[in-house]
Amino acid sequence: MEAQALEHTLREALPEVPIERLPSVDLHVTISIPGQSVPEAMPILCRHPGLRFTFLADVGGVDFWPREPRFEVVYTLVSIEHRHRLRVRVRLDGADPHVTTVSSVWPGAVWLEREVWDLFGIVFDGHPDPRRLLMPDDWEGHPLRKDYPVQIRLKPQTAEPMQVTPEEFRANVARDRLVRRHQ
Amino acid sequence: MMGRHESGVGAGGPGPGMEFDANIPVLTTTVEKMVQWARRSSIWPVTFGLACCAIEMMAMSCGRYDIARFGAEVFRGSPRQSDLMIVAGRVSRKMAPALRRIYDQMPEPKWVISMGACASIGGVFDNYAVVQGVDQVVPVDVYVPGCPPRPESLIYGIVQLQRKISSRKPV
Repeated sequence: MEAQALEHTLREALPEVPIERLPSVDLHVTISIPGQSVPEAMPILCRHPGLRFTFLADVGGVDFWPREPRFEVVYTLVSIEHRHRLRVRVRLDGADPHVTTVSSVWPGAVWLEREVWDLFGIVFDGHPDPRRLLMPDDWEGHPLRKDYPVQIRLKPQTAEPMQVTPEEFRANVARDRLVRRHQ
Repeated sequence: MMGRHESGVGAGGPGPGMEFDANIPVLTTTVEKMVQWARRSSIWPVTFGLACCAIEMMAMSCGRYDIARFGAEVFRGSPRQSDLMIVAGRVSRKMAPALRRIYDQMPEPKWVISMGACASIGGVFDNYAVVQGVDQVVPVDVYVPGCPPRPESLIYGIVQLQRKISSRKPV
């Protein structure tokens, strides 16, 4: 689809959302929408018959520190049906960056949003599993922020926490013995 | 040839401290020397590649460099069957507990070679995500410098480890 036609369809499908067309170095249409429009706009982008962005290719974060609004969340959407792509950029505040999760629209967003939360500290409201993805669970801070001290010296963790309780461990060993005896 | 006594050299022949007479089909040595010889002639590494250094490690185990000449070619898929861990590449903080677990699962006696700049001191990755030297996680016997080290360097490291094994008293 032509970029002009796509932009026209977008404005038609989302009449209440202030869509800003942004310049892009590649051929993908890039738009910016405000953070509070995400829960309204994303299901329509996925389900509107003229758009059908059924595949969320990526969710990324950008830190423009010290600019305000500091953060941006970038959604790369693909429509397999219409063979077009769309990049949606959402600008977020530096003080309390949060945006509604899109994991109810695209289930694949769960891990992508976990990664953005892990590395940028952008909170996804309503996320079903808001844990860290790449860094250890007890890590402090969000490493891809521009004001994060990169060359920190911490002692490496050399053991993982126990995944079974001592009682469970003993029960497993006893059951294993029983199985071997009967073989 | 009469009464020719020689102390063998290299990993293939009888080791230092072993006496061999060509006329008598008997080899005299001590249990200690025998154990050292056996250990250093069959250092089986665990299959554990972390980054680009692992490519050089694989090259070392293949035909051109042929670590089989030193008895160390059998890369085992299980730490339970391994003697040597070659830490080939940068160790991320999240990998550190896994690396330690593999080391703990290896039976004694066991040795560790820290291969390359990243495993030894962090290399170019001077950041929060990479352990600045694997000696913070496991005890290291031989450090092999390079980025990445050539297979010859790693072979030299293994030969150094063999010398270390033959100079140690087996427990």
